[in-house]
Amino acid sequence: MNAFPEGDFYTNHFEKGAKENTMILNMGPQHPSTHGVLRVILELDGEYIVRAEPVLGYLHRMHEKMAEVKSWVQFMPNMGRVDYLHPLAWNHAWVGAVEKLAEIEVPERAEFIRVITSELNRISSHLLWWGAYLLDLGAFTPIMYAFDDRERILDLMQKPTGSRLTYSSFRIGGVMNDLDDGFLKDCAELVPYLRSRLPMYKDLVTDNIILRNRIEDVGYMDKDMCLRYGATGPLIRGAGVKHDTRTIEPYSVYDRFDWEVPVYEDADAMARYMVRMDEIEQSLRIVEQAVAMIPDGEYMIKKRPKPAWKAPAGEAYFASESARGKVGIHIVSDGSKTPYRVKLRAPGFSNLNVFAECAKGTMLADAVAILGSLDMVIPEIDR
Amino acid sequence: MSQIPVELVKILIALVAVAAFVGLNGLVLVYLERKVAGHIQRRPGPFEVGPHGLLQPLADAVKLIGKQLFTPKNADGFLFWLAPILSFMPVLLLFLPLPFGPELTGMNLNLGLLLILAFSGLNVLATCLAGWGSNNKYGILGAARAVSQSVAYEIPLLLSVLAIAFQTGSLNLSEVVAGQGSWPWQWNFMVQPLAFIIFFVSALGETNRAPFDLAEAESELTAGFHTEYSGMGFGMFFLAEYANMIVVCSVAVALFLGGWHGPFFDGAWWFLAKVYVLLLVMIWLRWTFPRVRFDQLLNLNWKWLMPLALLNLLITAFVTKLS
Repeated sequence: MNAFPEGDFYTNHFEKGAKENTMILNMGPQHPSTHGVLRVILELDGEYIVRAEPVLGYLHRMHEKMAEVKSWVQFMPNMGRVDYLHPLAWNHAWVGAVEKLAEIEVPERAEFIRVITSELNRISSHLLWWGAYLLDLGAFTPIMYAFDDRERILDLMQKPTGSRLTYSSFRIGGVMNDLDDGFLKDCAELVPYLRSRLPMYKDLVTDNIILRNRIEDVGYMDKDMCLRYGATGPLIRGAGVKHDTRTIEPYSVYDRFDWEVPVYEDADAMARYMVRMDEIEQSLRIVEQAVAMIPDGEYMIKKRPKPAWKAPAGEAYFASESARGKVGIHIVSDGSKTPYRVKLRAPGFSNLNVFAECAKGTMLADAVAILGSLDMVIPEIDR
Repeated sequence: MSQIPVELVKILIALVAVAAFVGLNGLVLVYLERKVAGHIQRRPGPFEVGPHGLLQPLADAVKLIGKQLFTPKNADGFLFWLAPILSFMPVLLLFLPLPFGPELTGMNLNLGLLLILAFSGLNVLATCLAGWGSNNKYGILGAARAVSQSVAYEIPLLLSVLAIAFQTGSLNLSEVVAGQGSWPWQWNFMVQPLAFIIFFVSALGETNRAPFDLAEAESELTAGFHTEYSGMGFGMFFLAEYANMIVVCSVAVALFLGGWHGPFFDGAWWFLAKVYVLLLVMIWLRWTFPRVRFDQLLNLNWKWLMPLALLNLLITAFVTKLS
């Protein structure tokens, strides 16, 4: 009397196709290199991967459904918790979408504050990815250096945003706090410091022969593959496509700064690594210019929306570029206090889907290198 | 009483002394590794237990001893528990022929080098049994890696050791050391630099130390062959790893770095100092480099270390014959 067959749906479904002499390996949901609660089922022939299938949903928190019962203003903190490493991109997408819907003009100073904090956040996200990725590849030390630098960014960021991790400091019509002169001064000092660290990272880590052997020509995902799966961010830029939401659909004040979108042609894990390392540099450039150019004025519109504020009926879509790719938020409003429907487009979700095809035929260690190079944040993928 | 052979008593005393030596050095090495790792990573390392965390290894040991010894449900209990014992026991034997000082040798054997090389092979068996006995997929993968890695790296290790044996004409470690002088340029690594490098790299592979720690590759195989072990089961593997490190470094010092010879004062302190320098290099490597991939590891061995070691051996043989 066994009403429940052994194993869950995914395992059974997967094992049906298992060939002789292969082994099904369940990597995760608790595994050091799946970064959270991602589960990957692998069919292995020795060390080689015959099939790979990511299983999602262990961290599903119904953010989209929660939006339907929370008011426009109250949904803001959720945006800090979707992607905990670059929450300000999600903040930006949400306020951007609501402002687009309600046709709210945001003060210029607020836009600059958004750009400065969001770019600092992007750097901290990339630094964390860098450290964690090298940990995946078996180098234990870089993460300590990355966290040391990240710590300085967090120390700086906690002043205007009020938190260190799950920022939700953007507001519909502006931002929560103004940036004081002290912050701008510290920020202007932090930029050269972070920049001075990058050559060391290059010498010690990027040019290391073991690292290069591990990630060069590994995880090949070309332009065509990225387009098929809707992969964005460093993945598609690593495949030679100059696609960055900040330049192709310019939002906020990004079009006023002088910076470049790093693009690499190799489409392997090394290319994605280099894109992210270069993005740190470009973000530093943006922050530097924004701090110098920030205008005086208000940081919030006069008539700030209250929790019971009603958005006009209609639809709006707003996209922003997070450290992982294109964040898109589509809202539908029926004119009430709460959104009628919200769709969150998480870049990590599309990016992860490339993995199954990409990992085929590689070694187990390569699979870890590929997974890491996707820069996954599981809460964002599962939403 | 007179029936007990003197040799047996000597071996017993030596074994007890070696066990104490291994235990003590294991503790020192654990502390050293954590402290050095801490400073490499810009943190103080252990600091809470005792002054500058000096008692941390003891606290770790007490913790490991106090933990439950858990056998997984589907594991083969006998093999599962045989493996940690098998990994640690032969290590004690490896210390017997090591010449720590002019008079300080457990057993002065003519084939001491052979004994070390033979018994260090048992470690592979222990790893293999651990992976197999624990009936864990990660464990099996780790064990499979460990076996092919150890088998592969044993060959260049042997070949580089043979080069020294050819040169000195002896497999007795005490004689090899006695044949070297007090000053660094009189040591064997000046004559055999290639053999020394090959020996050291192979030793890293042989002891499963980073960047060749594939058998326990944390990010891929969680903990590899010792995934299922708890408490002292894990502790034995841990201690065996450190003991093996000390052995390979000691052999390297005896063969290549002049053993207990040193400028001004010959003696055991030079031996220990040199061993610890090599150990520090190993620790330094571990906390600096990423891990190599499995095929790259074997490629390095079969395509580079092995031909080079063979070449080195051939040249040594010719030169020895000619002179």
